[in-house]
Amino acid sequence: MDMKRDYYEDVQLFTSGVVLFWFVVLLSLIAVLPFVVKNYYIYVANFVAINVIVAIGLNILVGYTGQISLGHAGFFAIGAYGTILLMTKLHFPFLLALPAAALVAALFGFLLGLPALRLEGPYLAIATLGFGLTITQVIGRIELFGGRQGLHTPELIIGSWHLNSDRDFYCLLMPLTILLALGARNLIKTKVGRAFIAIRDADIAAETMGVNLVFYKTLAFAVSAFYAGIAGGLYAFVLRYIEPEIFTLMMSIMFLAMVVVGGLGSIFGAIAGAALLSWLDLQLRNILDMPYIGDWLEALSKNYFSITGVSNIQFIVFGFIMILIMLFEPLGLYGIWIRTKKYWRMWPF
Amino acid sequence: MTFFAVNNLAIAFGGLKALEGISFAVDQGEVFAIIGPNGAGKTTLFNCINGIYRPDAGEIIFKEKRIDGLKPDRIARCGLARTFQNIELFNHMNTMENIMLGRHLFMKTGIFHGMAMWGKNSFAGREERRHRQKVEEIIELLELEAVRDKLVGALPYGTQKQVELARALALEPELLLLDEPCAGMNSEEKQDMIFWIKDIQDELGVTILLIEHDMKMVMDISDRILAINFGCMITMGRPDEVQKHPEVLKAYLGEDEDGQP
Repeated sequence: MDMKRDYYEDVQLFTSGVVLFWFVVLLSLIAVLPFVVKNYYIYVANFVAINVIVAIGLNILVGYTGQISLGHAGFFAIGAYGTILLMTKLHFPFLLALPAAALVAALFGFLLGLPALRLEGPYLAIATLGFGLTITQVIGRIELFGGRQGLHTPELIIGSWHLNSDRDFYCLLMPLTILLALGARNLIKTKVGRAFIAIRDADIAAETMGVNLVFYKTLAFAVSAFYAGIAGGLYAFVLRYIEPEIFTLMMSIMFLAMVVVGGLGSIFGAIAGAALLSWLDLQLRNILDMPYIGDWLEALSKNYFSITGVSNIQFIVFGFIMILIMLFEPLGLYGIWIRTKKYWRMWPF
Repeated sequence: MTFFAVNNLAIAFGGLKALEGISFAVDQGEVFAIIGPNGAGKTTLFNCINGIYRPDAGEIIFKEKRIDGLKPDRIARCGLARTFQNIELFNHMNTMENIMLGRHLFMKTGIFHGMAMWGKNSFAGREERRHRQKVEEIIELLELEAVRDKLVGALPYGTQKQVELARALALEPELLLLDEPCAGMNSEEKQDMIFWIKDIQDELGVTILLIEHDMKMVMDISDRILAINFGCMITMGRPDEVQKHPEVLKAYLGEDEDGQP
């Protein structure tokens, strides 16, 4: 064995030149995108990136620590409302208001983590569900939070940079997303991440090795809520207007679906799942405009599926795609990725 | 000074008295074995010592400090490590990472340092390298080089037991609890395991509490033996004494109708 081996190889970001190469290609694509595509697609990219941030955070909780949350729309809402209120009422600059609001979300995450010490599986799911539902109800009742009317975002200014368009916002959002993704990956490879995975795989053994279950379970909730909070604060500026009705149970479920469809316990999976589902969510709305198939699908939907007479085929296609992915690859998109990689390594045999 | 002592320990589950009146003391550097038939309460005793169960009565003293009632992670901090009868490894991590978990208490990287591991000279990068080197020494000691980067869930049973031992050693314990380290192993693997346990006792100076069913092995490596049955102590002493004790023979071999073993 080569004794001069450097142990950093085990945890380093780029395990080989090939990985580094593809990372640079990806970065270049992200960098040139705003110059080559239509404005609408910039908006789509922003929407995708925000979902990616939530999915990465939720994956730390669900995929790595083995807990579950059906209340992430609640943390998302806290981030969105917190950022706007800190900016309008307390005149915080955006770059301070965003992490501050996310820290508030993290605090709520910590509090929600406390019942998680005693609850597991379906019981924990219901407890977190209750949290998600409560948050939107409470926000809708408080005048300071804009009540049912909601809130408009203030103008976004960083230093002397006025971010007016989706394109400007893209330039702020993408570096943040990349930074948060790499941060999560590093976290998983070091002490805290290992403790999370240990709790998921064998909690009693983890405790026996000195892992404080109370601390690390609540920490997983707090970190996950922090990511959701950051994403929420950014989402407010994509929509430019927020109201309690946005942060529904359906949103929490979609976040969870992204993580599961992407592949539990993999940063790549969270990114792929969030990208696919949020892209489908936006694109399937246009399914009826497709040539030939569009008319046929609309007729099919109106005649056989819809109760109200309004075409609902996009939801059906959406659900169908999710079922197919789970059926053929229970490990999600990450599993498909691993198989493809293996196939090409062996090719042409 | 007593290194480790259990005084009058008792625990019951519902109406079932799993342990009652268990008292013994272990000297530093000893291999102390606990034997008894299935269901005698051996693993329950380990679970009490290690903090998974909270005993109903009695005290457990480790290095002059009472540890009964503490949580397992607090007890680990005192310098006590254990392995499990039914392997409890982290199946989705590789061997290296599993053993790294044993270094948990020695590492200081938190969320912020962890997320900011940009390069090998960052705080987290330096700490990872230092502790991985330490783990490599344990890997070499237990000859696990070949499975270093393999997921432990896919390893053969005997190797998994070895990884569990390695993970416990990474904690640098002063007292090591081994719950049937040789169960399910073939004779060659058993020989290796006995060899390592002796090594751990002699070279690392670790005191060992051992549960084992293989009588030959127990007689070979233990300095003293405690025999229990139905949660109560039968006898305690040197291997040759315990082996001849009529109650032990009775518990292990059964009894004829006329009362003769």
